[in-house]
Amino acid sequence: MTTDIIIHDKKDNVGVVVIEKIIPNQDCSCWIMEDDSTVNIQSLDEIPLGHKIAMTDLNEGDTVLKYGHDIGKVVKLTKKGEHVHVHNVKTKKW
Amino acid sequence: MEIPKSFLGYKRENGRAGTRNHVIILPVDDISNACAEAVANNIKGTIALPHSYGRLQFGADLELHFRTMIGTGCNPNVAAVIVIGIEPKWTKKIVDGIAKTGKPVEGFHIERTGDIGTTMKASKKAQEFVMWASEKQREECPLSDLWISVKCGESDTTSGLAANPTVGNLMDKLEPMGVHLCFGETSELTGAEKVCATRGATKEASDKFMNTWNNYNDFILKEATDDLSESQPTAGNIAGGLTTIEEKAFGNFQKIGNCKFIDVLEPAEEPTKGKGLYFMDTSSAAAECVTLQAAAGFNIHLFPTGQGNIVGNPIEPVVKLTANPLTVKGMGEHIDCDVSKILSREMNLSEAGDELIKTTLRVANGRLTCAEALGHKEFVMTKLYRSA
Repeated sequence: MTTDIIIHDKKDNVGVVVIEKIIPNQDCSCWIMEDDSTVNIQSLDEIPLGHKIAMTDLNEGDTVLKYGHDIGKVVKLTKKGEHVHVHNVKTKKW
Repeated sequence: MEIPKSFLGYKRENGRAGTRNHVIILPVDDISNACAEAVANNIKGTIALPHSYGRLQFGADLELHFRTMIGTGCNPNVAAVIVIGIEPKWTKKIVDGIAKTGKPVEGFHIERTGDIGTTMKASKKAQEFVMWASEKQREECPLSDLWISVKCGESDTTSGLAANPTVGNLMDKLEPMGVHLCFGETSELTGAEKVCATRGATKEASDKFMNTWNNYNDFILKEATDDLSESQPTAGNIAGGLTTIEEKAFGNFQKIGNCKFIDVLEPAEEPTKGKGLYFMDTSSAAAECVTLQAAAGFNIHLFPTGQGNIVGNPIEPVVKLTANPLTVKGMGEHIDCDVSKILSREMNLSEAGDELIKTTLRVANGRLTCAEALGHKEFVMTKLYRSA
């Protein structure tokens, strides 16, 4: 089975789309690099290659974890399966 | 994979080895570019390195200018150097700095002679140098003669997932073989700075790194008129899916694998603590960073890209790799090493690292990089502040 999404670390709450795009309601196979495990998720949005998907519901103020590290804060309620990018996540720097 | 123990390089007078055999025409200052380019146009096989600065600089900025000029001339990828400046004093300072390597170098100043007379005199010497250099042969050199610098550009999430970790895998495999390694990009470690600091080999190295990063961050806070959200990440990064500087930084940081850095270098500073990984305080702009690393003596550069940065350097070959299949498809003429199969899981990281080692050695042995074949020669001086 092809891998649609790659997740760096088990702790991460976002994954990265690694096929040309995923479409709404697609059943996606996600590979977690840290422990070589696989999970599935149903997408809610169309998400292009390289862009992130929420692996859990994210509330305003939540910390986004990738590489097992803090990469910013959620600024808009985001449901599991939705596109995560500059419209709903901001840096904590500057 | 059994890693080869040697490559074919050009042995230099000071014991270093080059992956290239350039004869360069180096202008000391902006107004000497025309003369330098005229000489390079006259004498085939030489290359001029025009740039924008070198007048009325002072203090640390002037020191960096000299360090970059002298370091570029000293790089082992350079066989011989013609230095051309408007005035004799700064020209001589650069000539004397390069002469310490033992390689042929001669300076010319334009004042009292003019462009045409200087071009004639310098061309005669350049012809002599290039014909001498053309007889140099590649010889077997130990792998430890490779000084490898790295910097990523036009990054996207595929950089952090695959292309940068491929460079990290190469570092993990080549560091025990005694190569020198260098990463930089102070600004693009923002968000990962504390984690990066823990990778210092000594407390001194870690402290020096945090001090360097803090100085940079203070400067940003002082000069910034906005939140840098359109500069870091760039529009290209954002198109590729990178959302914040922190995300970019953790991706960037994958390039050093599990290595620890032994020292922190000033921009263009030559490492002096022997083999191993160094951090250099650099801008994250591609051409500036590579120019500084080349000036510090690095003789081959690895450049992972996501969306497709196309940078090259006149003296240090720049090897591009990408894991983004769309970049391979759309702009394959810029990509020396395709590791996009990592994303489809048809290739693992160790296999990708081996591929990159093979490509790096082919380029070290003389294969042209894509950037060289396409004529990319970006030589960009870093300027710290305005001139007097």
